Amino acid sequence: MGELKLMKGNEALAEAAIRAGVDGYFGYPITPQSEVIEYLMAEKPFERTGMVVLQAESEVASINMLYGGGGTGKKVMTSSSSPGISLMQEGLSYLAGAEIPCVVANVVRGGPGLGDIQPAQSDYFQSVKGGGHGDYRLLVLAPSSVQEMSDFVPLAFDLAFKYRTPALIVSDGLIGQMMEKVELFDQIPRLTDEEVIKRHPWATNGKPKGGERRILTSLDLDPHKLERHNWHLQEKYKTIEENEVRFEMLHCEDAEYIIVAYGSSARIAQKSIQLAREKGIKVGLLRPITLWPFPKKPIDELTKKGVKGFLSVEMSAGQMIEDVKLVVEGRTKVEHFGRYGGVIHSPEQVLEALEQKLIGG
Amino acid sequence: MTEEIIIAGFGGQGVLSMGKILAYSGIMQDQEVSWLPSYGPEMRGGTANVAVIVSDERISSPTLTAFDTAIILNQQSMDKFEHSVKPGGVLLYDPNGIIHHPTRKDITIYEVQGAKLAAEMGNTKIFNMVVLGAYLKVKPIVKLENVIRGLKKSLPERYHKLIPLNEDAITMGMNNVNKL
Repeated sequence: MGELKLMKGNEALAEAAIRAGVDGYFGYPITPQSEVIEYLMAEKPFERTGMVVLQAESEVASINMLYGGGGTGKKVMTSSSSPGISLMQEGLSYLAGAEIPCVVANVVRGGPGLGDIQPAQSDYFQSVKGGGHGDYRLLVLAPSSVQEMSDFVPLAFDLAFKYRTPALIVSDGLIGQMMEKVELFDQIPRLTDEEVIKRHPWATNGKPKGGERRILTSLDLDPHKLERHNWHLQEKYKTIEENEVRFEMLHCEDAEYIIVAYGSSARIAQKSIQLAREKGIKVGLLRPITLWPFPKKPIDELTKKGVKGFLSVEMSAGQMIEDVKLVVEGRTKVEHFGRYGGVIHSPEQVLEALEQKLIGG
Repeated sequence: MTEEIIIAGFGGQGVLSMGKILAYSGIMQDQEVSWLPSYGPEMRGGTANVAVIVSDERISSPTLTAFDTAIILNQQSMDKFEHSVKPGGVLLYDPNGIIHHPTRKDITIYEVQGAKLAAEMGNTKIFNMVVLGAYLKVKPIVKLENVIRGLKKSLPERYHKLIPLNEDAITMGMNNVNKL
């Protein structure tokens, strides 16, 4: 068993970055995720593993440092919160276009605009539909506990490198600020320069003797070549959709109604389900762990099984519900419930919405 | 066993660290724990509160509207949380600075003179440990030895010399909690 600690979600993410063998973290402070860079600066990973921690001058600089660092095949990471992630969208589009692996964490806060600093899940569209320009996707993981804030860092890196794509960890102020028991994984050694060169033949870490010059770019002025590049990207996204869907199902075996919720809403919904079952209402939880690729298959199967309705519970005005509806295609009822703008719904409010919108309605 | 607690008072009273020590103690005896603070503008010069859950099972929602126990350390928190205690639950408070005392009849109310006792012990900073002691007398959800182990884990080494003082404060609280 690994080391047990009581940590905030943000601290667990930071510690996991060190232990995952990350080469460089570039970030700019913003509430509610400032503990990430604060923890890294205090922990001095440059002394522990040689990992670089740098406070950039802005979020725009951070994401472009990922472009540079990731382009050399190094493991690079940044984190921010909603307004900061908005600033990074251009960079994310470039990273996706140039197929540079990296990990970005968004500890979401209330919006739009500067919003507030309280938890929200209103960056779903931005995360899964592409906040930047062009036909690209990010691989999006949504932790719902402090343990997953730790575990998803090495997972995100594995996937980012496997598919040469930026991976996004979407959390929120609740998971970021909350402390829970976390079992830390053992230190994964950082790769040596030789290992990086050997493992990532695409990376721009020097022209090999007799080899081709390596170029990483998202620019191609020949539309036919750019279309071919886009086809390649789409093929890759299809492979990801086939292989990397992750989700969790709780109490779905006998469920007549299904709550679809991720991250902190999934935690709150678990309590609602407990309260509902005490009243004899058969409800289950489908928790998407990957927001993209979205778990379409289990929703389709539950629909075919004849569930009476889905309630998409999210701290937003209703964003993920669109993906649920795309799968359900009108075969059963799909409703949304959620508080937003930094207000967290209570387990009782979720249950009430379930009763009013699905059972009573 | 699942115990859902709200600890509420002024920023600076050690509300958050008291919750942290309680959570660490839970980990020391293999329980699941969550610690969710109110954060943001609310904390600056005003009230601070933290919801702590200690359970034998996987914890669902870390955010709650009703609690098994409320530990209340100022008037604002009394106004806010007296009615968040589940019927049959426990309200523990320090009467220091409280003008409107709790009135509910469907819960058990305890008081501990935390601020006064800490001052008498010559260190107002151990106030939260006195209150924690009082709580653990009422609800012995974690063993004292695990609190001490939790303190050792959560405090930097340079503060370990203060652990006996904290232990004394916990004992002081345990011996001076009154049911109303």
